[in-house]
Amino acid sequence: MTRILGITTIWIALGMAALGIVVGVLGLLRKRQELVAAALQTVYINFVLLTVSMAAMIYGLVTHDFSIGYVAQVGSRSTPLFYTVISLWGALEGSILFWGWVLAMYSAVVVYANRKREGGLIPWSAVVLLCIGSFFYILLVGPANPWHLVTPVLADGPGPNPLLQNHILMAVHPPLLYLGYVGMTVPFAFAIGALLSHEIHSDDWIKLTRRWTLSAWAFLSLAIVAGMWWSYEVLGWGGYWAWDPVENASFMPWLTATAFLHSVMVQERRGMLKLWNVNLIVSTFLLTILGTFLTRSGIISSVHAFTTGTIGYYFLAFIALCVVVSLVLVAGNSEELRSEGRLDAAASRETVFLFNNLFLTGFTFVVVLGTLFPLVAEAFKGVKVTVGAPFFNKMTLPICVSLLFLMGVGPSLPWKVATREQLRRAFLLPGGVALLVAVTCVVSGMRDAYGISAFTFASFALVCNVREYVSGAMARTRAHGEVFPVALVRLVAGNRRRYGGYLAHIGIILVAVGITASSSFRFEREATLAPGQVMPVKGDLSVRLKSMWGKEEPQRQVVGADVELLRNGVVIGTLDPRMNFYRSQDTPVPTPAVRSRPAGDVYINLMAFTENGQSATLRVILEPFVPWIWFGAVVVALGAVVSAWPSSRRSMRRVNASAHVPSASGAGGYSIPGAAVSLQASASPTKSS
Amino acid sequence: MNVESKSAQASSRKSMPLQKRIAIGALIVLVSAFGYLAYGGVEDNLVYFLTPMELAAKGDNAIDRPVRLGGQVVPGSVQWNATALDLKFRVTDGTREILVHSTGAPPQMFRAGIGVVVEGKYRRSGVFESHSLMVKHSNEYRAPTPGTAHPSRIDKTLIRS
Repeated sequence: MTRILGITTIWIALGMAALGIVVGVLGLLRKRQELVAAALQTVYINFVLLTVSMAAMIYGLVTHDFSIGYVAQVGSRSTPLFYTVISLWGALEGSILFWGWVLAMYSAVVVYANRKREGGLIPWSAVVLLCIGSFFYILLVGPANPWHLVTPVLADGPGPNPLLQNHILMAVHPPLLYLGYVGMTVPFAFAIGALLSHEIHSDDWIKLTRRWTLSAWAFLSLAIVAGMWWSYEVLGWGGYWAWDPVENASFMPWLTATAFLHSVMVQERRGMLKLWNVNLIVSTFLLTILGTFLTRSGIISSVHAFTTGTIGYYFLAFIALCVVVSLVLVAGNSEELRSEGRLDAAASRETVFLFNNLFLTGFTFVVVLGTLFPLVAEAFKGVKVTVGAPFFNKMTLPICVSLLFLMGVGPSLPWKVATREQLRRAFLLPGGVALLVAVTCVVSGMRDAYGISAFTFASFALVCNVREYVSGAMARTRAHGEVFPVALVRLVAGNRRRYGGYLAHIGIILVAVGITASSSFRFEREATLAPGQVMPVKGDLSVRLKSMWGKEEPQRQVVGADVELLRNGVVIGTLDPRMNFYRSQDTPVPTPAVRSRPAGDVYINLMAFTENGQSATLRVILEPFVPWIWFGAVVVALGAVVSAWPSSRRSMRRVNASAHVPSASGAGGYSIPGAAVSLQASASPTKSS
Repeated sequence: MNVESKSAQASSRKSMPLQKRIAIGALIVLVSAFGYLAYGGVEDNLVYFLTPMELAAKGDNAIDRPVRLGGQVVPGSVQWNATALDLKFRVTDGTREILVHSTGAPPQMFRAGIGVVVEGKYRRSGVFESHSLMVKHSNEYRAPTPGTAHPSRIDKTLIRS
């Protein structure tokens, strides 16, 4: 029953999408409002249908209905309820169903949020969204059908992949990733919609697109870091990024989306880079589909590659179709995408944005090359190769360091032209701090050039971005007599976009510092200990194996070691690294124990044990500043929230009133000439950077 | 970037075409240099996936190059020193055997006869120096077939129910 309901709703959704596309296109071409309105209704209907289908699947999972193909594949009576529910995205078919639901949800939100908007942009975008939706519905009734009948019905199933039921982050990382990944479909739909409705020359669609890209980008940022965290907590090697194809798959669209979020400002301010921006949006979307192809087609073996089958061909055909349609539309509208402004001077914010885009696209190119090279080599030369992490590090570290530098330069430079005096005032303080940090690094014995430059430019960028807040708030205290915290809040409220952006910068800087410190100062020691034995780690730190234990749980057997962490022989904490033996898999899943402090983590992994518990091999890893990475990601997301939050009417008025304050940002006061210039281009003074 | 130069050309056709051309030229040089570097970087950092026979067939070409070697652990060849965390064993594909040396504890599932993938470099001395050792297992997991024992035998003495 559940099975029939689940599959029928998908078939109806496919029919609805087809109907919506035909009726919508007809209505738009013949200018029949009632047809367009009817087509938009199908978007809502499909959201309801997909919700029903997904709910049916969750119901099937929870009630252990093993007649449903997907439940028979990932369900098990011994799996805890929580992991049973989230196994919805634990394998291919369920994840495509979840994808379809997120897309239907986003489509409905797009149509609803813009229901009062005139013109063809939204209807055309809705048609594009319905087209992309039908691709996923076709997958769901074809190669990725989660609802196929299993006979005879088995009494029990194997349960989800052990790696995916071993940590709570499995409930966090995939949904965030889908919200980010699928979210990139909406800007693509807007771009194609704007091209089809000939509204591409208007500023309106780009503002709409920016906000959607920003929120999807925030989800994607969080998802990437949650994935890093998961890898750190589950895989037991003490690292969080390995340039694995599946990591790269999520990272590539993030890079192009980041590039877009910056270059879009140049378009809004100066009317330049229009064609470039459309290309960035299209590339971002294509990279999400490419990433899905890589991770879901089984072409790369990993924890994300669920199965091999025909689904890869569907994705390839879909990518080809999207490329052709986008190219034809963009080429056909190249006249409308021509720039209005041009660069005035080398020292200006525009130039920094150009370099930012150059580096980010270069970054994307490197990651794409390294990720696809093994596939190409195997297809054409028949050799099995992987591209080692050294390649990615060698190619991308210089880019990362440059981007850190630009992150400080950008906010400090005005639009159009910077004078010599402005440059001097802008870079004296951050340059001095950066120099101090560099000297400190060298004096304290660091020899790694990238490590030193990463810390140097991170501190440079941090000073530049923090200064924007401090000087801006101080200017307000002087002008209005507000106390500093009030001034700070009003400053941010008055220009959320700008200060949200700086907050995101600060988050990225924290992540960069966390990554640099944890990889530069990582310390690792491994030893086989008998219970009661102590192993010195580093300095006054040592660990003692207290005892070994084992326990039986419904879905697994657990073997653990109780380990005491000692400082100068005094116990300061206990950790219990474990090894989980799931019945469905022949390899145990390590579960390292992590003691996290702002200054760094102590990470202990149980590597091996003798079967009578006489000894255990422990790997102890000290990783300074790792928590800063997770914390930094939250700051990035917070910045995006500040930036994307719609301004209320009241705060708009307040901003307009305070726009007459001579200097909204003291040391950044030279951004005022730029702001003044921008008044002619933009209707409201609230839009700065 | 092309966009930028093209548009600038359009709006300032008279003022400074030379400068634009120089800019475009510089950009092309920059991009191709970067592409060349990246391509060379890939070539230098390729890790080949080989069987013992393929590794032997490569002769000198395989020496001191990063390689992933896959095969089975030869029964009776494992020498494990738990105090020094020093491991030696031979890997075979049925035709050739290669001696592998690695430091650090092997994964819990490591045992004679099991499939392994070791990553490291083949030295002139004829020893494969491994820095990472993975036990190969099917990623497609399936329900245990009735009648077969679970392969991971944990000693029940550790289990307190």
